[in-house]
Amino acid sequence: MKTWNRRQRTLCLLLLTALILLAVTVSGALLTNLATETDFAHTNLAPSLDRLFGTDWLGRDMLARTLAGLSLSIRIGALTACVSAVIALVLGVTAALSRRADAALSWLIDLFLGIPHILLVMLISLACGRGFWGVVAGVSLSHWPSLARLVRGEVLQLRQAPYLLAAEKLGVPRGQLVRRHLLPHLLPQFLTGLILQFPHAILHEASVTFLGFGLSSEQPAIGVILSESMQYLTTGRWWLALFPGAALVGVVLLFAGLGEQVRRLLDPSSVHQ
Amino acid sequence: MSLEAKNLTFRYPRRGKRPVLEHVSLTLEPGERLGLSAPSGRGKTTLCRLLAGYQRPTGGEILLDGQPLSRYRGACPVQMIWQHPETALDPLLPLEASLNEAGPVDGRLLEALHIQPQWLRRYPQELSGGELQRFCIARALGPRTRYLLCDEITAMLDLITQAQIWQFLLEEAQRRELGLLVVSHNSALLERVCGQIATLPPAGVP
Repeated sequence: MKTWNRRQRTLCLLLLTALILLAVTVSGALLTNLATETDFAHTNLAPSLDRLFGTDWLGRDMLARTLAGLSLSIRIGALTACVSAVIALVLGVTAALSRRADAALSWLIDLFLGIPHILLVMLISLACGRGFWGVVAGVSLSHWPSLARLVRGEVLQLRQAPYLLAAEKLGVPRGQLVRRHLLPHLLPQFLTGLILQFPHAILHEASVTFLGFGLSSEQPAIGVILSESMQYLTTGRWWLALFPGAALVGVVLLFAGLGEQVRRLLDPSSVHQ
Repeated sequence: MSLEAKNLTFRYPRRGKRPVLEHVSLTLEPGERLGLSAPSGRGKTTLCRLLAGYQRPTGGEILLDGQPLSRYRGACPVQMIWQHPETALDPLLPLEASLNEAGPVDGRLLEALHIQPQWLRRYPQELSGGELQRFCIARALGPRTRYLLCDEITAMLDLITQAQIWQFLLEEAQRRELGLLVVSHNSALLERVCGQIATLPPAGVP
């Protein structure tokens, strides 16, 4: 039997994880109509083979609702993670180009990191009028500082590299310097940072919605499902909260694993394993 | 018409009050070959970095043809060749890209430095130090270059490669009237290559 090395196994695992997440996203998007369909003949059913996650007090299928909620969360997570990662990259690179910009950015990062994340997300979301765009603005405007700090540190270190200094003295224009020598070295950290932002973004989206500052209650979002289920927990309908919650944790773990696998593939110190 | 260092003083910020270089002056004429030797840690590399414009001196000035060196834009007429070629070439770029960074390099240079055409598509970690150093030298000899600062450029090479590289550099310097500053611990090499040899006094001693 052929034995696979660590790199090949990681690559397989990566593809598998990405496939599961993609399947959840697509199926959830297709099931959005079913998730809001009420069926008063089958309310409050416990989980069974027929309805794996049971139904709620309006007879809505919880499996469809969970998948639709996860799908919405993943899509919001992807959008916000991309936006905040791009903000981080641009700010981190600009900071490294001048001392004054660096001081300004460091101050801004400290300011943003000093405010509790969830509070900041709530405030920005409220200011932007809640709903889909409120949550997107809130999460993407609050998640860039840690990645920006990482990019800034990396750029500061790269700027002292002899090959960069030598290229500068050879008269290579600044834009080309950034494009050819800086960005390719930043790519591994950037991609890993981007993917590791997903779970953060998803969890914060869910929690801010759970607290009522995010998506509106008609939408089948995980935060909405969980907060509604809280009222029914005491009446013994445990499946309403347990399965969606566990599914959310599962998705977050998958994303964290995805980030770890990407890091292993791109990180120079583990690239040959 | 020369490269002049006038009364250079340099100290690294926040590392005590002792300067690395103090009141160092030297002049390098076109076509001149000046050797520089001093014990480790005396500031030879720092002096090269200052002369090539990588760092600004704390005191004193560096003049090229009577103009401050920092006034020059684009490719700097004073080029430094680093002691460790593997750090001076971007590990993510094939050597061809690093070589032609500042415009295409003359094919004659590649031939004279014995750079094989198949090396051009490889990456820095696939070649040896001597092979990489040839690329750094070819790259530093752009059309605008008039002074070369050679900071221990052959210290880690075998004798045959050393001989090849110096043979080439001397011919090239003579042909183009380049001013050479040669930093080395090897006194035999300095005597063979340079017209004059200077030593760097310890900082703080007038």
